[in-house]
Amino acid sequence: MSLHAKRFIKKFFTHLVIIFFAIIMLYPIVWLFMKSFTPNDEIFSNITALIPQHFTFENYVAGFMPKGTLSKSFIYYMGNSMYLSLVTVLFNLISCSMAAYAFARIRFKFRGFWFSIVLITLMLPYHVITIPRYILFNNLGLINMRDVGGMNLNFLYLPLTLPKLFATDAFFIFLLVQFMRGIPKDLDESATLDGCGRIGIFFRIIIPLSTAALVTTGLFSFLWTWDDYFNQLLYILDSARNTVPIALRSFIASDSVSNWGASLAMSVLSIIPCFVLFFSMQKYFVQGITTTGLKG
Amino acid sequence: MRNRRSVSKLAVKENATGYFFIAPWLIGLFVFTLFPMGMSFYLSFTDYSLTKGLDKLNWIGLDNYIRMFANDPEYIKSLLITLKYVILSVPMKLAFALIIAMVMNQKLRLISLYRAIYYIPTLLGGSIAISVVWRRLFHRKGPINEIIGSIANLLGLEHTAKTWYTDPNLAIYTLIILTVWQFGSSMIIFLAGLKQIPQDYYEAAAVDGATPIQRFFFITLPSLSPVILFNLIMQTINAFQAFTQAYVIGGGGNSVGAKSMEFYTLYLYKTGWTAFKEMGYASAMAWVLLVIIGLTTVLIFKTSGSWVNYGSGE
Repeated sequence: MSLHAKRFIKKFFTHLVIIFFAIIMLYPIVWLFMKSFTPNDEIFSNITALIPQHFTFENYVAGFMPKGTLSKSFIYYMGNSMYLSLVTVLFNLISCSMAAYAFARIRFKFRGFWFSIVLITLMLPYHVITIPRYILFNNLGLINMRDVGGMNLNFLYLPLTLPKLFATDAFFIFLLVQFMRGIPKDLDESATLDGCGRIGIFFRIIIPLSTAALVTTGLFSFLWTWDDYFNQLLYILDSARNTVPIALRSFIASDSVSNWGASLAMSVLSIIPCFVLFFSMQKYFVQGITTTGLKG
Repeated sequence: MRNRRSVSKLAVKENATGYFFIAPWLIGLFVFTLFPMGMSFYLSFTDYSLTKGLDKLNWIGLDNYIRMFANDPEYIKSLLITLKYVILSVPMKLAFALIIAMVMNQKLRLISLYRAIYYIPTLLGGSIAISVVWRRLFHRKGPINEIIGSIANLLGLEHTAKTWYTDPNLAIYTLIILTVWQFGSSMIIFLAGLKQIPQDYYEAAAVDGATPIQRFFFITLPSLSPVILFNLIMQTINAFQAFTQAYVIGGGGNSVGAKSMEFYTLYLYKTGWTAFKEMGYASAMAWVLLVIIGLTTVLIFKTSGSWVNYGSGE
């Protein structure tokens, strides 16, 4: 056999192996997607089948209806999640880019010491600080702000959003520092000669040139907030402020064993934003993962 | 020419600007990280419970720590379940990640599509949606039992369909499978690491007549060992803190299934936030978890000297 043919066969088998495992990997997700369009009784009659015999939207209609402990439509909870995630993105971008700029560019006293603290907090198990943080927010009256001077301030989600304004996600500082260090220093110097101060350099040079890393930061901030069940479970006590993870979880709690359709349909809806972001911004994912070894 | 004074003035200005920019982070560090850590350390020596005020707590010395190991079988059980989960899921996840990364580390068409597909489980795995799907897949009447049943049939074996997540022996494996399934980020990191290995190593080995297995053990593994170490540590730290999937798939209550996936963090949550809201005791658990994770990381680092190769030259 010629070398060329050998190489061809090898490539062919590699594709085959990759595709074979990819099918196994994706089966649960394809199953979820297809079953969400299958009538409930048919889901059970052929549980492994992927193509519905009778295509239907009834699961989606059923899912939109307020149900059990949920007094609002699922779309409403998606709106809450979207809002919470976007606020988190904004806060993270502001606070983390500021800190990262200082660590990457400004020679202030004890910079090395503080940066090593950033790296240590990267490794810190979150549960060590959850309890006192909860007590702190509880004593400040921030957890349920149903009646603050006659106003309901729960829409601010303060226990969830406030820490983000103070760059508590060390991952993003690290990611941005790594990126900003790669921007040529000559640019800063020539800007200084042109009369640009430190703040001018931040806004006119560093921020525009860090777009890629900022997008990665925003992307992961969004997804982690969208999927964050633990914190939302702790801090959201006002049912009108429920988010997707909370709503979905009460969905399966109130779901009978024989009625799977609606919860599958709402599960599909809940992952659509992740899919859209992932496929439209794939290269930022790869960058984010390889520079910091993000969790997951 | 600048004199010394203006240089020091410049330095003062640099300091001021630097601290201005890190101010939010610095405040956050003290208010949301250091202060809570100090407080939880203090609380771990008290009987503080959320049901009574902070002014009514009593100093109880090491009682919480003693109770954990001497008087709380549920705690010991949750610790053992967590250890089993970490020990089984992390190496399997890394093995899969490495195998798939090696298969993909070629000049292939569609490579970025494949990489994306293998990353999808990691993208979605932490969501409640996937926990919902997992409950369905591993249900008595779900597809996994159906598939195993038909394979068993084919081989002439018996198969009794069980709901995995309520079965004390199987429950933990629904979570281990779910974790291993999310090998995407480790795979992407391995892929990046594989690309760094100089091709001439392999060419030289091929000239010397090395077999593919020899090449794997004498070139790929040693060259990749720093990346393996990194992945091992990150994944171990994460695995110790697993919460959501166990909570949602297990149901979180006191059922048999929920009990057999009662991870460390779940028991901590249960202690601190439900029933008696014993936050003092839960703080002690959190500190022990910190020590366990710290010790494990140190242990991995210590052993790494013998298997991690930081390379010379290149």
